[in-house]
Amino acid sequence: MGKIEWAMWANEQALAAGLILLTGGIVGVAGQFRGWQFAAYGVAAGVFVCLLEYPRGRRNKGTSVERTGQYCFTVCVKSFGPLTRNYYVRAFLYAGVCVPGGFMLATVLGCVCLGIASLIYLGAAIRGEQWEPILPRKETRKPVGESIKNPPQNPPPRPPAEMRRKRAEDLEGAAYVNPISVTANE
Amino acid sequence: MGNWIINHGLTSFILVVWMAINIFLFVWFYFFYDLGDQFFYTRHILGSALAWARAPAAVLNFNCLLILLPVCRNLLSLLRGSFMCCGRTMRKQLDKNLSFHKLVAYMIGLMTAVHMIAHLLNVEWYNNSRRGVYDGLSTALSDLEDSGNTTYLNPIRSTDIDAQQTPTYFVFTTIAGLTGVIITLALILIITSSMEVIRRSYFEVFWYTHHLFIIFFAGLVFHGAGRIVRSQQTTTPPHNFTFCKDRFAQWGRIPECPVPQFAGGFPQTWMWVIGPMILYVCERLLRFIRYTQTVRYRKIVIRPSKVLELQLVKNGFKMEVGQYVFLNCPALSQLEWHPFTMTSAPEEDFFSVHIRSAGDWTQKLISMVEELPEGAQGPKMGVDGPFGTASEDVFDYEVSMLVGAGIGVTPFASILKSIWYKFKDSNPKLRTRKIYFYWLCRETHAFEWFADLLQVLEREMEERGMGDFLTYKLYLTGWDQSHACHVMVHFDEDTDVVTGLKQKTHYGRPNWDKEFEQVRKENPTSVVGTFLCGPAALGTVLEKKCAKYSDVDPRKTKFYFNKENF
Repeated sequence: MGKIEWAMWANEQALAAGLILLTGGIVGVAGQFRGWQFAAYGVAAGVFVCLLEYPRGRRNKGTSVERTGQYCFTVCVKSFGPLTRNYYVRAFLYAGVCVPGGFMLATVLGCVCLGIASLIYLGAAIRGEQWEPILPRKETRKPVGESIKNPPQNPPPRPPAEMRRKRAEDLEGAAYVNPISVTANE
Repeated sequence: MGNWIINHGLTSFILVVWMAINIFLFVWFYFFYDLGDQFFYTRHILGSALAWARAPAAVLNFNCLLILLPVCRNLLSLLRGSFMCCGRTMRKQLDKNLSFHKLVAYMIGLMTAVHMIAHLLNVEWYNNSRRGVYDGLSTALSDLEDSGNTTYLNPIRSTDIDAQQTPTYFVFTTIAGLTGVIITLALILIITSSMEVIRRSYFEVFWYTHHLFIIFFAGLVFHGAGRIVRSQQTTTPPHNFTFCKDRFAQWGRIPECPVPQFAGGFPQTWMWVIGPMILYVCERLLRFIRYTQTVRYRKIVIRPSKVLELQLVKNGFKMEVGQYVFLNCPALSQLEWHPFTMTSAPEEDFFSVHIRSAGDWTQKLISMVEELPEGAQGPKMGVDGPFGTASEDVFDYEVSMLVGAGIGVTPFASILKSIWYKFKDSNPKLRTRKIYFYWLCRETHAFEWFADLLQVLEREMEERGMGDFLTYKLYLTGWDQSHACHVMVHFDEDTDVVTGLKQKTHYGRPNWDKEFEQVRKENPTSVVGTFLCGPAALGTVLEKKCAKYSDVDPRKTKFYFNKENF
């Protein structure tokens, strides 16, 4: 399993965890459960995790597939620099964020899922993975064909000047017409 | 519209039937729990959340039954064989087994979410009722003990624990709750590792995590063992709830209202899933038995462009054209089985596969084999299969269009070789009169091993005067300036500069409209089968063209589309 980038799976798991935390939180708040404050926290934490996890990072090898409309999120997440680039930060952040979810049944599942995502991110961080944004690369203009830069040095091949000159005995067969008549010794 | 019916009718019908069964189960069980008298008291505490939890449970039972079936590939092969009489359209549905598996998985995910949310509400309301937050009847019902001559209704019994933690405590100390959490967690891990991104790039993560389904099914079977969904039982004298619901303070003291008795429902999930579970166990057992059978190497060839050809011999192995096998190499990985289409014909006394370096496993295999001395046997290999896919049907069509993209040409290698043998033996099973073969490839290197085959076929066809039986067109999609120059210089030569074949290589992608028009013109009354082994995008294009150029009139040309999938 040498080439696996664990962060890819951690990302899917964290996104799912965020959604589950969010759903559990909404149910807890809407149903006015005991401890609904924890549910409200679940909603906020869920939204935060979803926003952070929505933009996929660039893979080291192979093509990276973007999620629909992730460009704005990529820019936001990228602006936090090392905080979002480093997976150790994410691992410990999620480990901390998930704890309050354990105090209420509606958010327990989200808490456990986020904990698992945190562990996978820890694994990814230990292997040295990092979050790189998927941004469109600046297109390098292909150099216009070489031949345009170097105009020809030599004139096109022509027969020598004597042959090109209009011959007196063959005036009609010549390739050009003189605007001014030319006769010898005038 | 008519074309759509021809190509997609049966699939849509099956999906409609499946959805109808789901809806029926949901509605039936919803009303069973929402209107049943025996649940009157339960509903008094839980409201319609009871029905909202039980209805998806029924749908889940049905779908957990279905989900194991499409992945029993030996069973599917068996069905395919026995459906030989039932026409192509039926057998084509078996191609789509993986799509069906995914669809059922989505339904399981959705219903799990509904079921879980409903149970969150249930537990919260049971908790509140137990603590006397609701009306007198609720409190009286919840107070019913589980001792002596009373049976409980409210599964939350103890009140010592902190009120906010009671639901969590309850979930983790009951069979239903604990199994529920564990199997939902397993399901979530299975789903996140099965996302397309993970599956295509890191197959091992997907494959190993998917085995959590064992935990899923084990937990599922025991999920109902606690019997905490309680219904009212008949007592002597009978307890009439319409009369007694307002007299809860007098239960047991007046003759009309004895204390109501409750019991949990008999767990039923195991009845739904036991059959498929046994079938799946048999399937895995069969794969294991096949794995232990000896496989000998007849020949190992390393082809250009990192393609490895293995010619293997196994006792009792019988194949059809275009089938695939699963290979397992314990020296590389104990648990991984990878599918490869066979490139040999059934008429040969061995079977061969061409393996391209495409990932961890294949790369390691190729490097391992490269280091072997000449003539030595390769690493121990387990072979499971053969399994049938659409290519088996190629000879049933009068006219076939075969499209292979890149390495996707492999099933067609098998088909073309088989044609060659059948022709030599004048095999009457060959219904095919005409074959159009399109090979799309990015670069020339990969052509080599296949070009040899085509050269041989070309010669044989000419010798027998059957030059127009096989029309093949090769498309080089990754050409550049140097290619074009090279071709221009050798324009007048008889054979193609790239492949050495009589048929010239085309450059760029094929114009499918033109190709389909040509096939239709040359075969005005035939049924044409189009077979693709290649990227999904090309599949969508070909499917559309098949639909576009098919005629509903049965006397005219009809195109059927078949796709290989791995």
